[in-house]
Amino acid sequence: MIDLHGYGPRLLEGALVTIELAVLSLILAIFLGLLTASAKMSRSWLLHRVGTLYTTIIRGVPDLVLMMLLFFGGQIGINMITDWLYDQFNIDIFININEFVAGVFTIGLIFGAYMGETFRGAFLAVDSGQIEAGRAYGMTQSLVFRRIRFPLMMRHALPGLSNNWMVLLKTTALVSVIGLSDMVRVAAEASKATREPFTFMIIVGIVYLLIASVSEWGFARLQKHYDTGHAEAN
Amino acid sequence: MADTPIPLEVRNITKRFGDTEVLKGLSLQAQKSDVITLIGASGSGKSTFLRCMNLLEQPDDGELIIHGEPIRFKQTRHGREPADWNQVVAMRAKLSMVFQGFNLWAHMTLLENIIEAPVHVLGKPKKQAIEHARELLERVGLSDRADYYPAQMSGGQQQRGAIARALAMDPDVMLFDEPTSALDPELVGEVLKVIRGLAEEGRTMILVTHEMAFARDVSTQVVYLHQGQVEEAGPPAQVLGNPSSERLKQFLAPKN
Ligand SMILES: Nc1ncnc2c1ncn2[C@@H]1O[C@H](COP(=O)(O)OP(=O)(O)OP(=O)(O)O)[C@@H](O)[C@H]1O
Ligand SMILES: [Mg+2]
Repeated sequence: MIDLHGYGPRLLEGALVTIELAVLSLILAIFLGLLTASAKMSRSWLLHRVGTLYTTIIRGVPDLVLMMLLFFGGQIGINMITDWLYDQFNIDIFININEFVAGVFTIGLIFGAYMGETFRGAFLAVDSGQIEAGRAYGMTQSLVFRRIRFPLMMRHALPGLSNNWMVLLKTTALVSVIGLSDMVRVAAEASKATREPFTFMIIVGIVYLLIASVSEWGFARLQKHYDTGHAEAN
Repeated sequence: MADTPIPLEVRNITKRFGDTEVLKGLSLQAQKSDVITLIGASGSGKSTFLRCMNLLEQPDDGELIIHGEPIRFKQTRHGREPADWNQVVAMRAKLSMVFQGFNLWAHMTLLENIIEAPVHVLGKPKKQAIEHARELLERVGLSDRADYYPAQMSGGQQQRGAIARALAMDPDVMLFDEPTSALDPELVGEVLKVIRGLAEEGRTMILVTHEMAFARDVSTQVVYLHQGQVEEAGPPAQVLGNPSSERLKQFLAPKN
């Protein structure tokens, strides 16, 4: 057995942080992605511009820079607001940005932009006759979305979504810079203390690989589900 | 004088796409059990007219009256739009449309396609919807295809399935947009047979078709459109048998 010098439990906790962080960020990213795709496809000029601006900024700025900007910049912004509240109304509150929340927020925000592109392409790939049939049969817009647009769109979105997820998963390693004890940070500490970086990094690598494999299996099942009925899939 | 209200009445519909006026004031009245056929050259506005009837396309002007109830419109900066979408949704549930390209939902089996709107739009209990769907499948000759996906069926089967889906709504008026023109010639007959059956049982239908012999057989009224206007309209024997418009004569003349 490899000797973990007592870091086993902490590594496990770190792995859980990584998974929780990744899953919550994914949920936020999907939500933001759907919003962005709708904004970009909307006939409102303003929504369209907002959507485009969001994607442009996220795509143009490195993830690490965004994360530090949001985390440290966000804390400064909140401090300014609380100071102002104190000065003006004598309301004394103190808000400290929680690293985990900041991590989820940042990663979700970054990947929301990529998801937006994925979803937009996927929505555009849906045959408009399918949507029209829904409308012609008296479905409301939300019913059309739930019963027709979304399930038909998903089969086009899944390859991109799965790809985004894999990149997102690896991006969680960046949160160690804002002080969150994810798996990578624990392993880095352990490596330094024990001078056995190889042991710990191998373990971390294997855990990432495991998560990726399980996801791949899950996405394959989802793809099969959403491909049902389509000629190529029969 | 209060007769049963007219199922569908359209008054003076106009529609433009950009700078071109595609419909130039079209009116039509479908009494109960009428079978009205719209004919005309490609681009004359038949599909657009039909799509205005259930507001898949928004007419710029004109009235739409369903069972005596006018659809209310309001002016927005995108043009004229229905004032109350709930009214439109309720209206559409009474006018079933059959499309040229079938448009059965690809991710649902035929049976699921048929019960979809009755269950989710009309709120019909699922068990009852399935029973009704099975009767309709039998009627269009597709009892053995209930669990097939659209992609696994021929065009003729898909279109008969789409007609069953339309019937499942118990519609007051059925709208058909060239229901057979996407089909291989040998499959046209089976679909026309189903539509003919509907005409015989007194369904109110509005039908765009290029099948002149069929139109002559089943229609109570034929409307010939030319560049977004009614050029000639009347009973089939007159419009198709003895047309007065030169253009219509040309249109009906056998091509070589
Ligand atoms: N969404 C649209 N945008 C712009 N122009 C359109 C649109 N839909 C239809 N048109 C134009 O409106 C005119 C009427 O079209 P429509 O589809 O109603 O003709 P049709 O009589 O159904 O022809 P066909 O027999 O070929 O189906 C055509 O000139 C067409 O190019
Ligand atoms: Mg047409």
